Amino acid sequence: MPELPALFSAWFAARGWTPRPHQLAMLAAARAGESALLIAPTGGGKTLAGFLPSLIGLAAAPRPGLHTLYVSPLKALATDIARNLLAPVQELGLPVTIETRSGDTPANRRARQRAAPPHILLTTPESLALLLSWPGAEALFGALEAVVVDEVHALAGGKRGDQLALGLARLGVLAPALRRVGLSATVAHPDALAAYVGASRIVRAPPGAAPEVALQLPAGRLSWSGHMGLDAAPEVMARIRAAGMTIVFVNTRAQAELMFQALWKLNDPTLPIALHHGSLEVAQRRRVEAAMAAGRLRAVVATSSLDLGIDWGGVDQVIQVGAPKGVSRLMQRLGRANHRMDEPSRAVLVPANRFEVLECEAALQGVAAGALDGDPPRPGGLDVLAQHLLGRACAGPFLPDEAFAEVRRAAPYAALPREEFDAVLDFVATGGYALAAYARHHKLFHDSEGRMHVRSARIAAQYRMNVGTIVEAPLIKVRLAGQGRSRRGPGPVLGEIEEYFVSMLRPGDSFLFAGRTLRFLRLRETVVEAAEGSGKDPLIPAYEGGRLPLSTNLADRVRALLADPARWGAFPAPVAEWLRLQRTCSRLPGDRDLLVETFPRGGRWYLVAYCFEGRNAHQTLGMLVTKRMQRAGFAPLGFVATDYVLGVWSAAQPTDVAALFAQDMLGDDLEAWMAESSLLKRSFRTVAVIAGLIERHRPGAEKSRRQVTVNTDLVYDVLRRYQPDHVLLRATRADAASGLIDLGRLAGMLERVKGKVVHMALSRVSPLAVPVLLEIGRESVRGAATEDDMLAEAEALIAEATAAADPPPPPVRTRERAGGTPPAALGAAPRQGRLFPP
Amino acid sequence: MLDPAGALYWPAARLLAVADLHLEKGSAFAPKGMLLPPWDSRATLDRLALLLRRWTPQIVIALGDSFHDAGGPARLPAADAARLAAIAANHRLVWISGNHDPAPPVGLGDGSCDLFADVFTDVFSLGPLRFRHAAVPGAAAGEISGHLHPKAAVRAPAGTVRRPCFVADARRVLLPAFGAYTGGLEVTDPAIACLFPRGGRVFLLGQERLFSFPLSGAPRHRA
Repeated sequence: MPELPALFSAWFAARGWTPRPHQLAMLAAARAGESALLIAPTGGGKTLAGFLPSLIGLAAAPRPGLHTLYVSPLKALATDIARNLLAPVQELGLPVTIETRSGDTPANRRARQRAAPPHILLTTPESLALLLSWPGAEALFGALEAVVVDEVHALAGGKRGDQLALGLARLGVLAPALRRVGLSATVAHPDALAAYVGASRIVRAPPGAAPEVALQLPAGRLSWSGHMGLDAAPEVMARIRAAGMTIVFVNTRAQAELMFQALWKLNDPTLPIALHHGSLEVAQRRRVEAAMAAGRLRAVVATSSLDLGIDWGGVDQVIQVGAPKGVSRLMQRLGRANHRMDEPSRAVLVPANRFEVLECEAALQGVAAGALDGDPPRPGGLDVLAQHLLGRACAGPFLPDEAFAEVRRAAPYAALPREEFDAVLDFVATGGYALAAYARHHKLFHDSEGRMHVRSARIAAQYRMNVGTIVEAPLIKVRLAGQGRSRRGPGPVLGEIEEYFVSMLRPGDSFLFAGRTLRFLRLRETVVEAAEGSGKDPLIPAYEGGRLPLSTNLADRVRALLADPARWGAFPAPVAEWLRLQRTCSRLPGDRDLLVETFPRGGRWYLVAYCFEGRNAHQTLGMLVTKRMQRAGFAPLGFVATDYVLGVWSAAQPTDVAALFAQDMLGDDLEAWMAESSLLKRSFRTVAVIAGLIERHRPGAEKSRRQVTVNTDLVYDVLRRYQPDHVLLRATRADAASGLIDLGRLAGMLERVKGKVVHMALSRVSPLAVPVLLEIGRESVRGAATEDDMLAEAEALIAEATAAADPPPPPVRTRERAGGTPPAALGAAPRQGRLFPP
Repeated sequence: MLDPAGALYWPAARLLAVADLHLEKGSAFAPKGMLLPPWDSRATLDRLALLLRRWTPQIVIALGDSFHDAGGPARLPAADAARLAAIAANHRLVWISGNHDPAPPVGLGDGSCDLFADVFTDVFSLGPLRFRHAAVPGAAAGEISGHLHPKAAVRAPAGTVRRPCFVADARRVLLPAFGAYTGGLEVTDPAIACLFPRGGRVFLLGQERLFSFPLSGAPRHRA
């Protein structure tokens, strides 16, 4: 173990601390010039371990210039770390400057930082990409000694992680002696993460105290279905009252709004309770975080917006309402309580329904066993590569061969074929179309030596405005309208909701947002104006991609738990009874097989498959199975996909069920469906924005976010028709296959259950199938129906409703029809009672 | 007669009207650094060709905004320019000016052919109908126009469907935009709603037919 310099040991001693072994191990790695990954639980002195070598180095040999770069997924984290680092620097009297840099940093300070950088700069992956795109990047980073990547487990494996990996590879070329430090929570694949960081050494801190986790059921009946868990609000409230400070984690923003309302109604002593989710105005979120840090709150209802982030210290307990969906995610959330590694964190899981009881129990066992989820690394996104290459050209001309070698140093792109690289580069330069076009508008051109240059300063400016890999659905701000005569001006902005949701609102509609019931007044330009109000059944804004699917690891655990009655002792009595009944009436889903039940009910046939592969994979399976059922003449009518099962209903009795789940469904049917699927269009939008085909922001045109660009759905249709092998379409399919469509998981399951489909033809609904039947009508149900079928159904419904309610249409004034045959539609007179409000 | 592809056909006059082709909209973005797939004019003309085969009209009316901008005609690829010229040669082509293309197009493609439309005008009248680019509030009955790119969202039990649509009442018909890259404006937007103060119907485009709804919208399904 290396010795600390006297100054530093004195500092530790003065605070009554001793350096922890992993902090010294990180120092040893740094002295050996090695890159290292530190795996430590929250509260393990991770940050100090990452920075200690830099502080010691700077104390021993002060020098101007950027010495250490720190990258974290959250701006707030960078700010907090800066605060925490300043303390030792001041106490030690070190001549070290520390600054943060993010999108919020004022432009003049950003410019100054490039010219005269601090010793330690704390930033985000996006800001790093921007810094690298400036022509001065070589000078700025040339003397960089260390880069510290915090919460690296939260970045690797996603698009932000791809962007950061490319940035790190670039830094590695600019500063060949650069030492990389990764700081991570416990992960399933430490070696893959070490490869991502480029670390040759893994340092592990001792695991923290095992968390104390309990299961809390609502008093009375245990719900069969639903995900909100509102029944348990009284129990949650009681626990909030009994503790100092509680974080109530939920899974979606909609659930957060509802749970907050439910708790507020029970909040007799009016405890200070707040709401925190990603759609709320940033300033509001910061206020909540500050109140938490100051100990002024008793509870916060939060989504994953609080999963990561700064250490608030005094959180006494974490309550997870709804199933945790993954062991790693649960551990991360548990770690928010009691941020000291030697004290156990206290947590409570509140399942919202019976299946979630199984999932919570399986997750508890997973936590106890330390069995984390984690997908093996996937290849980096081509859209992110496209963005990076444009940024690379903005920094200065480059040779494609050199850039290719550099890109391959980034772990996610280590196996990138040269053809793929060339296709992406061609896309960036020319659009990459089979039809020669835009010769005068190529974004990159090459000189006589083959070096790629960016065409104009304008292209570079545009790149810098559009950097980043987080693409959200079009959002619209929600503003409280000024009330009464005393408040003329506009009210405060509460946050943002999706444009899609706004288009569904009509004046007078009430909706839940930011913990209030609001009345929609109007959409004024790009702002929703709303008033405080009350209303029955307020609508709840929904958000794309709000729900994570059940992790593979947790799904395996649920399956194993179900298949082993000896382990049911942990379940509450109604759940154990429910499973026993299932064993008697049908059978239990096996550990390795696929149980499929069919039964008649209410004049329809139901098919329920217990796959446990998560909603996304089930959704895809539903599309494919209904297609097959249609061909087999079973006349499927619709399906519902939950995290656990797929339920299909049909007019005819499904037979030869095993054939419905044969592997070969992943062929033409899949291709045909993927081509039309709105999920692919959604993926394409993200890819097109990241790759720079569509701009999010235009210089000088920031006013109206809705109007800036072209509709990507239309672009997708044209591109798919005329160049289906275009590189962006390949990137789209790759994204969807691992995400919204979850092909990997579906294919894995079909392979696993080959020859092991167990069909139970029942005379009536089985106990396990009850929850999925209840989901029908609650979840959005996709039929085998196309959009046209959906329109036809809506049309018929309205025709039915209006025929009953409306008087006959008024006579059409025939004079207007004279003198020619007008189009048929002109004769369709408006019906009274359905008139547009004046 | 409203064609589900988004065109209006008047059998008695053998007249086909389409609105807002926005040809070469894609290439208009190139100078701004967005290199969109360059096939939008081809896609639009492919769809138009289908309609011409289906209805074999004598009169073809382009209701304005046929080119996305003044530079559009010159950027039109030669093959597409030739197809447009062929349409002009084989039909009585009525080319109505729009706000995006107030002047008649000259020098199509590489400039080797011009568009010989039979009529260039702001308003074209035939029988009881008047065809113009943008609807005029308070116009007499029988107005056919484009310009607003109407689209509607319908809530069905299984989800929401958004499509371009016709909007009609006893006085006027708005055509959906026909171009491959043309987006839409919600029919609830005041710009459209104010043209239909007494309500009307929307006709959403479908694969094989139109779907008709009252203008005040579909039934609300509350979560």
